[in-house]
Amino acid sequence: MKSVIAEDLVKTYRNGAVRALDHLSLDVEEGTVLSVLGPNGAGKTTCVRILATLLKPDSGHAIVGGIDVIKHPEKVREVIGLSGQYAAVDEILTGWDNLVMFGQLYHLGKKASIARAEELLERFSLTDSAKRPIKTYSGGMRRRLDLAASLIVKPKVLFLDEPTTGLDPRGRQEMWRVIEELVKGGVTLLLTTQYLEEADQLADEIAVIDHGKVIARGTSDALKKEVGGERLEIVVESQNIAKTMEIVAAVSGNKATLDEGLRMISAPVSTGATALIETLRSLDGAGIHPLDIGLKRPSLDDVFLSLTGHAAEEKIEEVATTERRKRAKK
Amino acid sequence: MSAFKDTMIITQRQLRLLTRVPEVLIFSTIQPVIFVLLFRYVFGGSISTDQPGGYVQLLMPGIFVQTVAFTMAGTASGLAEDMKKGLIDRFRSLPISQSALVLGRTLGDSLLNIVVLAVMGIAGYVVGWRPTSGALSVAVGFIFLLLFGYALSWIGIFVGLSASDARVVQNVSFIITFPLTFLSNAFAPTTGMPRALQYFAEWNPVSTMVAGCRELFGLENQFGATAGSFPSENPLLTSFLYMILIMVIFIPISVRKYKRSSD
Repeated sequence: MKSVIAEDLVKTYRNGAVRALDHLSLDVEEGTVLSVLGPNGAGKTTCVRILATLLKPDSGHAIVGGIDVIKHPEKVREVIGLSGQYAAVDEILTGWDNLVMFGQLYHLGKKASIARAEELLERFSLTDSAKRPIKTYSGGMRRRLDLAASLIVKPKVLFLDEPTTGLDPRGRQEMWRVIEELVKGGVTLLLTTQYLEEADQLADEIAVIDHGKVIARGTSDALKKEVGGERLEIVVESQNIAKTMEIVAAVSGNKATLDEGLRMISAPVSTGATALIETLRSLDGAGIHPLDIGLKRPSLDDVFLSLTGHAAEEKIEEVATTERRKRAKK
Repeated sequence: MSAFKDTMIITQRQLRLLTRVPEVLIFSTIQPVIFVLLFRYVFGGSISTDQPGGYVQLLMPGIFVQTVAFTMAGTASGLAEDMKKGLIDRFRSLPISQSALVLGRTLGDSLLNIVVLAVMGIAGYVVGWRPTSGALSVAVGFIFLLLFGYALSWIGIFVGLSASDARVVQNVSFIITFPLTFLSNAFAPTTGMPRALQYFAEWNPVSTMVAGCRELFGLENQFGATAGSFPSENPLLTSFLYMILIMVIFIPISVRKYKRSSD
């Protein structure tokens, strides 16, 4: 069963001048994690805001937890949790205050709200700082509390909008650990990220979006395959380069390329480990001992580059600037 | 019923913010206290009045109205801050009554007004303010002030939802309320103003509120301009109509704006 279905979502801003979502469709199977991956400004946040009932699309349908988002937003709100760069907690209040308040707003009643708050604080290792105002929290603690606030009523579907953006590596690791635990608990999760590594780490499936459209989707492995299979990479001494290139070309059936600086010869291969073994045998036969050899699978960076024609990171600066300008204008 | 509960929880939050950041309360009262001292001891001496008990009797109702009007800026900037931080998104993603947040905030800010007015009343008493109309009328006067503050807080809500930066909101609110409180009968007779301003001051809701409060505190409205005009003859009724007008306009558009705040 699909827990989230988005069909043909279109959302424009400034009377159509900016097309944030351009017929975007995606779905998430119950109990799985879908990562929506794309650079800043690709439409990730707009997509989450629509699915979380904060924004009405210009056209298209969305169903979350079996409920129509546009027709019954108030019912959808009962089954979702939302956390991320824009859904926040009250910084002046303490962690405890916040969770109890949100518990009460979920109509748990005061006693149950307190019990649930304490349980969540414990689970996210925040008990010690429970009575401190959020503004004294580190970035990682704040995100964990934010996540805790979205879990008060055990949502059927959880939306995490860029849960680790702006965190330092340690904060990110902690956040990943927490999310992985949640996933083990069986929650259906839609997660947006601009970090390829994050999608790879957390998601069952990845939807790559760019300019408001899904341009590719599949498992991390499938996406990597789509972009091209594995590459064989060999580093040898300079005097062996010519011979090695011949061998690699023969084994792979493809033209071998050379990175002179690294003395690295590489070529796409379709037979994986077999190609590796054959190459090693031939090299051995020729009396060549490689300094390094391996099969390299394309990174998600490669995936993005090959799908969009531009690197994911390249775009961020430019879009972030227009985004800021847009905000300032508003 | 649950809409009411949601509203109360948000109101509680407003009050809790007050205990967590007592500076808000201190700054909401320090400014009017400074005004009291300034007008009572600096300008008061040169404003002639035959009011028994002196200028301070006329001054305090003006200060009360101004104080209440200034808290509108707090409502607006607080809400703008919540919008910017993304807290509003969190609230809007909860299964709660969509108007609970704005409603709760206006109620919370009204409770803040009670505290601030109490402090101002004490400050007034210290510098010689003595209402002569009896406890009941004075109480009605303060209720009237609270109602006015409540109506204005809806303008604050609208301003807060319309702008995205809390500091801008603070400035905008100031630009609106500052001239409004001075182009009135609050601190000096309007008769000294140019004709057009006199006319404005006459109909200014701040003036009608001040005149209404003076009446309830047992004073004659000495600072009114054109005798016999509708607002100066019926300050309480006019103020009441203004409050209704403000709420009839600003409650629906604010609630509507809130529900669509991200579109």
